[in-house]
Amino acid sequence: MKLAKISLLCALMGAIALPAGAQDLRIALQSDADVLDPDQSRTFVGRIVYASMCDKLVDITPDLKLNPQLATGWEWSPDGKSLTMTLREGVVFHDGTPFNAEAVAANINRSQTLDVSRRKSELKSITGMEVLDPFTIRFDMAAPDATLLAQFADRAGMMVSPTAANAAGADFGLNPVCSGAFKFKERVAQDRIVLEKFPDYWNADQIHFDTVTYLPIPDTTVRLANLQSGDIDMLERLAATDLTQANGDAGVNVESAVSLGYQGITMNVNNGEKGDNPWGNDKRLRQALSLAMDREAINQVVFDGAFASGNQPYPPTSPWYNADHPVPARDVAKAKALLAEAGYPDGIKLEVQVPNTTVPLQLMQVVQAMAAEAGIDITITSKEFATLLADQSAGNYQASQIGWSGRVDPDGNIHQFMTTGGGINDSHYSHPEVDKLLNAARTSTDVATRKESYDAARKILIDELPIVYLYHQTWIWALDSSIKGFTPYPDGMIRLEGVTLEK
Amino acid sequence: MLSFILRRLLIAIPTIILISVFVFALQKLLPGDPVLAMAGEERDPDVLEFLREKYRLNDPVPVQYFTWIGNALRGDLGISLRTNQPVTELIASKLPVTIQLATMAIIFALVIGIPVGIISSVKKGTVTDYVANTVALSGLSIPNFWLGIMLILLFSVRWKLLPASGYVPLSEDPVKSITTMLMPAFVLGTALAATLMRHTRSAMLGVLKSDYVRTARAKGLRERSVVLKHAFRNALTPIVTLTALLFGELIAGAVLTEQIFTIPGFGKLVVDAVFNRDYAVVQGIVLVTAVGFIFMNLIADVLYVLLNPRLRGQ
Repeated sequence: MKLAKISLLCALMGAIALPAGAQDLRIALQSDADVLDPDQSRTFVGRIVYASMCDKLVDITPDLKLNPQLATGWEWSPDGKSLTMTLREGVVFHDGTPFNAEAVAANINRSQTLDVSRRKSELKSITGMEVLDPFTIRFDMAAPDATLLAQFADRAGMMVSPTAANAAGADFGLNPVCSGAFKFKERVAQDRIVLEKFPDYWNADQIHFDTVTYLPIPDTTVRLANLQSGDIDMLERLAATDLTQANGDAGVNVESAVSLGYQGITMNVNNGEKGDNPWGNDKRLRQALSLAMDREAINQVVFDGAFASGNQPYPPTSPWYNADHPVPARDVAKAKALLAEAGYPDGIKLEVQVPNTTVPLQLMQVVQAMAAEAGIDITITSKEFATLLADQSAGNYQASQIGWSGRVDPDGNIHQFMTTGGGINDSHYSHPEVDKLLNAARTSTDVATRKESYDAARKILIDELPIVYLYHQTWIWALDSSIKGFTPYPDGMIRLEGVTLEK
Repeated sequence: MLSFILRRLLIAIPTIILISVFVFALQKLLPGDPVLAMAGEERDPDVLEFLREKYRLNDPVPVQYFTWIGNALRGDLGISLRTNQPVTELIASKLPVTIQLATMAIIFALVIGIPVGIISSVKKGTVTDYVANTVALSGLSIPNFWLGIMLILLFSVRWKLLPASGYVPLSEDPVKSITTMLMPAFVLGTALAATLMRHTRSAMLGVLKSDYVRTARAKGLRERSVVLKHAFRNALTPIVTLTALLFGELIAGAVLTEQIFTIPGFGKLVVDAVFNRDYAVVQGIVLVTAVGFIFMNLIADVLYVLLNPRLRGQ
């Protein structure tokens, strides 16, 4: 009782001590961001911070079309080997350095040459640049690269101040300087990242907060509790299982968007000795596994129906989804028939490695039960994520439950997984026709032509199934009901243009 | 006394060296490639190779060890592979947070554990004793994360009395700093209070049976003075050791509590570092923790001597 009194007293004193006036928006993130340099960054939460701090050459619309940001227009040459961009005038970086074509060239050069850069492969196709006038730049390529614009809509297209970057080198991330709506104020590792409004922002009229504070709160229940108690204003990645609680609170609004990524089971078809097994050698077994799955039931049981079931690297809501191959219905009889045809009428064993966290384990237990009904006896091996990844990359696995966060351009969800020697092709899947089609899709800038190539590749892949796709995560944001104007985007970013807090 | 402290410090040196070798070897035995954990989803082969070179992961393990320990002796624990911040700086910024949490937890534990322990030893076999024991047992068995979440739901979501999580530095706003820390310190303190209570009780029971306590009673001293002045002072020795050890444990062991209440302390730093295979940070933390633990032990030994005059001659 005494404790309660003391706490009450302290809480009241704390409330009085709060500063009044400046409007702060507090956003809870699932984890702490890594280094705040777009060229070195690799985390999803890092990209959420950049969405307010670092403008990109292009942005996306909620329906995945490309939208001008720092570039106001662009044009491909007829042979597709050069891209000319017109840049926004009157933009300055947070340190006052003017934004122009020279700054863009310096940025691309930094992304391509800085030793610690993680953007090298994303910009590999650019072989030369020419500044045509202060606000026009041309990028030259050896072969057409349809993915380039989408790369410019993410970290590779984020523009940092060349002055600050030259001065700081690889330490730029300790004090990042970009040209976005908010500038970097301070960071306390694992505690908070604070940005403050940049008064000279080109689109400052649309920004209605003086500061934005990002707080990493890993536990999803605690994140929601913080929102309900008024300690934060918004959170990202609400757990699907917390939806009922959030929806039941009048003070909380929920927004969502199907993500660009996928989750599935990657099969080892040819990666080292372990790839040489019935599951790697006979596609009928993989087809049987896919047919044994009731994807909608998985979604209902594990994710309270909040996610989207899927069978392709892009969600059914994506313009790149091949509607000729809809999410298959469960067919246990056919799965059993395929097993018998492959020589396993009495069933067969499969070992699947899974990250040792709650959701993947629940998912695999449901998959295990469904597969068992078709005669597939799944052994679940749970591993800590870094170990799982190392084993997967080394080919030390039979099947692996893993996913991909997704990219704006379809190429990012498929090329490096399915082409021979692809960087993340842990199945070691190889098919000359698929290679040809996916390479061709990269080099055309015509959407219809690209879609044709992807559809043709899908036809082969849906039969071969080196990855059995299961579902697509939905980004779920929970917001204080006084926040207005928030737009959910499939890339999971939080864009603050037009967002207001009316308290 | 001085030679006693010096002797203890000398003994600590081989211990620290052993620990450093052990930590380093253990890290290398961990499955999972740090470079894969660092490279991000794309796992670009060029990036992987560059990182291996940059962090000298291609060097033979003994070479890596001596490079690290050599730098460590000069006060340089390397830089975090994840955020590029110097490890010493990271540890220096996290340590005060955890020390504050641990201190507040110890205060909770002492304030609850010792009086309850004394009362239950004096009232041995009565209802009071049984109730105290049951409460202590539940304090030990209730998992931290459950108690933490329950407190958040009650005090923050329902009653809106305390902030749900987070951290405010003492220097910035002492009142807010302490209110934010109340729930986590309580959660952490309850389990310790239970341990302390049990130890106080058994130590007191032993002492209360001794001859000099009977003599004190026979002299006609008031029971209060017998228990607190005569018995308790003698029962204090094991309690001091325990508290010092518990404090050392707290510095390293606040992991779960810090995770739930999102306190940017030592525990959270180490958890994140292990999952990200941030070798430099893990090694730095373990080294600092080990040194801290040895130091706390030393303090306990010194306090022993102060409390028990008989030990001074030895």
